[in-house]
Amino acid sequence: MKPFSHGNATSIEEALEALSGMSWPLAGGTDLLALMKEEVAAPERLVNLKTILGLDAIAERQSGNENEWHIGALTTLSALSQTPAFADHLGLRCLVQAAQESASPQLRHMATLGGNLVQRPRCWYFRNRHVPCWRKGGRRCFAFKGENKYHTILGGGPCYAVHPSDPAVALLALNASLLIAGAQGRRVVSLEDFYVMPRPDRQREDGYHPVTILEPNEILTAIVVPEPQANSRSVYVKRTERGAWDFALVSAAASLRLEDDVVKEARIALGGVAAIPWRANAVEEVLIGQPLSPELIEHAAGAAVAEAKPLEHNAYKVDLIKGALRQALQI
Amino acid sequence: MAISFRGPGPIPIDLNVNGEERTVFIEPRRTLLSVLREELGLTGAKHGCGRGQCGACTVIIDGETAYACLTLAVDCEGRSIRTIESVSHGEQLHPVQEAFIEHDGYQCGFCTPGQVVAAVSLLEHNPSPTEAEVREAMAGNVCRCGAYPNIVTAVLDAARQGTGRDPGVSGATVASGEEG
Repeated sequence: MKPFSHGNATSIEEALEALSGMSWPLAGGTDLLALMKEEVAAPERLVNLKTILGLDAIAERQSGNENEWHIGALTTLSALSQTPAFADHLGLRCLVQAAQESASPQLRHMATLGGNLVQRPRCWYFRNRHVPCWRKGGRRCFAFKGENKYHTILGGGPCYAVHPSDPAVALLALNASLLIAGAQGRRVVSLEDFYVMPRPDRQREDGYHPVTILEPNEILTAIVVPEPQANSRSVYVKRTERGAWDFALVSAAASLRLEDDVVKEARIALGGVAAIPWRANAVEEVLIGQPLSPELIEHAAGAAVAEAKPLEHNAYKVDLIKGALRQALQI
Repeated sequence: MAISFRGPGPIPIDLNVNGEERTVFIEPRRTLLSVLREELGLTGAKHGCGRGQCGACTVIIDGETAYACLTLAVDCEGRSIRTIESVSHGEQLHPVQEAFIEHDGYQCGFCTPGQVVAAVSLLEHNPSPTEAEVREAMAGNVCRCGAYPNIVTAVLDAARQGTGRDPGVSGATVASGEEG
């Protein structure tokens, strides 16, 4: 690990003042410190956010006529997965399922929800400092024609690494928003708009091509989840190679509201298939207004992969995501 | 107030390790694992993968298990750190350690300190776990010898024998972000 200096922030304002291109925020550290050990990342200063009080609180608030849940960005995945208000809530439980199925107990104690949403890809080319891949500022993606078993089937390039977060997929299905603090003030962005496909003109000082609109001098402070309407239900289905502690090969989150077995509302998100958590609009269009029959579910699963373009070693993901989505829709 | 940055050279850090206050003079880039092993002589926690994938470095920070290899020592100021060295009292082993011996919960033993710390922490939070809960709680500790069946048996047996010897800790609840 390259040397760096370290400071404890006691307020968001203090932290914002200290952040810049090579002065980075540190939360749980489970991703950042691993990247720094590999020297894939080498910030000159770390601004510890964990010393800011109150950023790990979960609270229900009223917004107009609607209730919404504010989850502080420093909430750990283990605290999130043990929040009864979510675990016992049919409409919100996909978030708890996604948090509970992330990583290992130790990592869930350490990792924060905010950090989980902005973690960097797990692609083996990206994580190898000797490989100058496009995502970290090099010329090309080595996965596209290389070892791409775990890579994308939707959305195309120029980077084919999937976004590794489980909670992001659940939060996309739950129509979550993010509170972002910056020197110019606060802004609210839907999770769907927060993630953007990587592109050449969006690049960090260290060469990294991000897939979020978060600027280096901004801090993600909270995740806001609207209270689902009555009769909503949600589920997160994750497919892994191992039975424990693994990243998703693929995953599916479904948030549905049914009336007399007819789908009134549906938000479907897919993980492990694209460079960002993937909203499956085509699936939602198939579902809404129709009785939730086995035929409809089959039709919906097909719609999820209609645009899929698998790479040489990951065609299995097409069937796998269809199966995950079928299971999510049957619950 | 502007943040006062320390480093990148060595700085004094105060740590509470196994109930003792220790001061070390280290660079901010040092992990808790390297400080425990190389500065404090506590070599029970092992350096396995060094990237949070094996669990051999498992310690307990503020009542919850964590990987010392992905934790900066400087981030542990003001927090309570417990290592495998605190689990036994002299020659008197912890019931989890006795159960690992009884049920042969290891072969090479390299992962064992991390396994024992994870099991001790589990039983402090949940004195009567089901087998599924044991498997889930131990999922962050890899054993390359494949002693998993015996490890699960040992933890379940330790639970049956009762391990609640530290009521102040065994009653601890999981922090759920309610404060502040």
